[in-house]
Amino acid sequence: MSWLSPELQAILWGMFQALVILLGAVLLGAVLTIVERRLLGLWQDRYGPNRVGPFGTLQLVADMIKIFFKEDWIPPFADRPLFVLAPVIAFASLLLSFIIIPITPGWGIADLHIGLLFFLAMAGINVYSVLLGGWASGNKYALLGAIRSSAQTISYEVFMGLSLMGVVALAGSFNLREIVAAQDGLWFVIPQFFGFCTFLIAGIAVTHRHPFDQPEAEQELADGYHIEYSSMKFGLFFIGEYVGMVLVSALIVTLFFGGWHGPWLPPILWFAIKTAFFLMLFILLRASLPRPRYDRVMSFGWKVCLPLTLINLLATGAVILLVGE
Amino acid sequence: MTTDTIGDEWLEALERDFGASVLHEQHTHTGMPVLWVTREALTDVLAYLKNLNAPFDLLYDLSAMDERLRGHRQGLPRSDFTVFYQLMSVSRNRDIMLKVALTEEDLNLPTATGVFPAANWYEREVWDMFGIAFSGHPHLARILMPPTWIGHPLRKDYPARATEFDPYTLTVAGEEKEQEALQFVPENWGMARERDGAEFMFLNLGPNHPSAHGAFRIVLQLDGEEVVDCVPDIGYHHRGAEKMAERQSWHSFIPYTDRIDYTGGVMNNLPYVLAVEKLAGIEVPDRVKTIRVMMAEMFRITSHLLFLGTYLQDLGAMTPVFFTFSDRQRGYKVIEGITGFRMHPAWYRIGGVMQDLPRGWEKLVQEFLDWMPPRLREYERAMMENALVKERTRNVAAFDTTEALAWGVTGPNLRATGCNFDLRKQRPYSGYDNFEFEVPLGDRGDVFDRGQLRIEEMRQSLRIIQQCVDHMPAGDFKADHPLTTPPPRERMLEHIETLITHFLQVSWGPVLKPQESMQMVEATKGINSYYLTSDGNTMSYRTRIRTPSFPHLQQIPSLMRGGFVPDLIAHLGSIDFVMADVDR
Repeated sequence: MSWLSPELQAILWGMFQALVILLGAVLLGAVLTIVERRLLGLWQDRYGPNRVGPFGTLQLVADMIKIFFKEDWIPPFADRPLFVLAPVIAFASLLLSFIIIPITPGWGIADLHIGLLFFLAMAGINVYSVLLGGWASGNKYALLGAIRSSAQTISYEVFMGLSLMGVVALAGSFNLREIVAAQDGLWFVIPQFFGFCTFLIAGIAVTHRHPFDQPEAEQELADGYHIEYSSMKFGLFFIGEYVGMVLVSALIVTLFFGGWHGPWLPPILWFAIKTAFFLMLFILLRASLPRPRYDRVMSFGWKVCLPLTLINLLATGAVILLVGE
Repeated sequence: MTTDTIGDEWLEALERDFGASVLHEQHTHTGMPVLWVTREALTDVLAYLKNLNAPFDLLYDLSAMDERLRGHRQGLPRSDFTVFYQLMSVSRNRDIMLKVALTEEDLNLPTATGVFPAANWYEREVWDMFGIAFSGHPHLARILMPPTWIGHPLRKDYPARATEFDPYTLTVAGEEKEQEALQFVPENWGMARERDGAEFMFLNLGPNHPSAHGAFRIVLQLDGEEVVDCVPDIGYHHRGAEKMAERQSWHSFIPYTDRIDYTGGVMNNLPYVLAVEKLAGIEVPDRVKTIRVMMAEMFRITSHLLFLGTYLQDLGAMTPVFFTFSDRQRGYKVIEGITGFRMHPAWYRIGGVMQDLPRGWEKLVQEFLDWMPPRLREYERAMMENALVKERTRNVAAFDTTEALAWGVTGPNLRATGCNFDLRKQRPYSGYDNFEFEVPLGDRGDVFDRGQLRIEEMRQSLRIIQQCVDHMPAGDFKADHPLTTPPPRERMLEHIETLITHFLQVSWGPVLKPQESMQMVEATKGINSYYLTSDGNTMSYRTRIRTPSFPHLQQIPSLMRGGFVPDLIAHLGSIDFVMADVDR
């Protein structure tokens, strides 16, 4: 076994981890579509999908079969290359962000020094999927959705980055592993409460989840930017949204709730429980809130959230300087 | 001077001022003075009535009748086509109908849009259905029928049955022509395609759109997301109910009425059977009146629940609709238990109802009455008091009473502006004067008020139903009258005469004396009325169905100019319309 040098072992182990985590994220996103429907059913006094398999567990398989075998239709008036590219970006950019997330002390794909910046960059690229999809569809509803989406995402990304800078300042690093390690005694949600609030809001906005689903806004735009998509292209947008939910939940846990830290239970379970909690929160928000008007969403972002993050950052900096001396 | 008009100085003054132009005063069972005026004086009379001290400010209805085959018109001025204008004065609580006689060779009238903006769509409908032109009308185009349609369906020489037509064919070229005719050309509507070098976006919303509440199309002229102007397009749900009424017997038309406002169920039967009973001279027993009120109010609640769920869903809240639908389900359990059918029971009969209340009905109804109030409270707490809902609805698409009346708005949408006009109080029918209930009012006339007011109306309906349960009179469920249809079976088997009468009554239907009658009711969505003209036949000569949703949709552009697309969706949700009620 001389060819299996320690370096090679490390590489193989890393590849294995990457495969498990990325596949896990995709699978979790897919399973979430069913979980969400069952939970909504529970909260809305109805059953939800419970026909396929025991307790509807095989609904996912049925949905997969359906979505794979639907006609993959590209409208003749669409801009073909961009139309095909958009769902790929939507899915890939969010999935790639998973590589920076440390799941347990031993698990995690990459240990980037600029971890958080990588996530922000990926979130920035994600806007293009909606923008290109909406533009390339050649449909007015899709175009309106794309306009809304780009305006909303750009505004919310401004303070999403800023809302995390408090955490970065406290931990003294962009590396997520070090940020988790810095939360050993005290979760950052306490010193960075406003940072947490604004990041949660921005996270919902970036994943286009209700009540920030302005680009889709079924009642207004009849599904907005992905109105012309069918089959697996639509599937990529669809699963991408859930992958985004998992990502944002995992990030919140990592940045503000101490990652895998917790008593008694093994780290992986703590991470899973905390992430699941925020996933439920996403779904509960969808079940309970009406949708604000699009221009109010924008003014809320610029007039409330942005000043709040700036003040938060200022206060954090001041405290660090004072305590540091 | 007939009994209808005694004591109305305004009417005497009108006849004095327009002496030569008022040709004739017709005595009818419509409960209002009916004046025949000359075509030349029409606009002046309309303007005169609108500018009275307590004005006739609501153009309630405008339609026409093909009189060419009408046999019994003794004493009426000569006319081939008669156009009638019904005006309402909310302050006087009085109506007046003006009729204008036209000859076949000269089907032309001056437009009334200058006096009443609401006349616009009505005149288009008259043009569409009868081919009567209105000179000076801003856009006299077909409204219910497709733009390429040939013929005017409500004329008497137009067949009422599909079997009387040649088989329908559609070629590829024909299809293209139809498609082309549906293309929206902004210039036809006086809209510019661009402003200051920037093009507007024309967005075709509907006829298939999640928030269009049925087959409703509205073309938006957008600057970004701001609605610069919009054009509603209706007619996709038109079934020709008024034409069908001319070929069904008085009795067999009842199921068609259910489908006019398809969320209103027996509420639609009510104005029709009341109008027929006026023609037949039937006075129904108290038990019938009370049963009718109870079932109509049940349908008001189920209709308002549907409204509430979809209204909140249009604001982006996905959950309430499931809750209101499960409440509605409980309502339908009661309705099904009593009538045997859920949405369209067609349960009222001329002179009564189909059958007596089943045993144990009180318990069934009481369960529903006990279930609802906490639920209504929950909707208020979860939704109407929610800051996001308020932000989406407060001061959105608001209008005041004057505007509402100018556009012919009635019902909850009118009361949301603070105008206290509820026919159940103002002109009690079917024994509504025996009930204690309040008329909820709004004060701002915005989307919020229209939603909140309907929750309150449901509470009042529950109160009315409770009183029905507590004080249901004993008695018969059908009137003892020869024209009651179908006649009570027990009397059929006495001797040959009763059997023959019964047979004729059931197979041909009752024959009603030549007369005109009309009944308005406070339906779920506003004031709904049936204006029936009998020519002494088993069928109606002309049935005019005035529905509240029609003018409500006409008002949309005047409210939405300058609004945003989400405001339009919120307003559409708050109007509470169904397209079957618009198009008939």
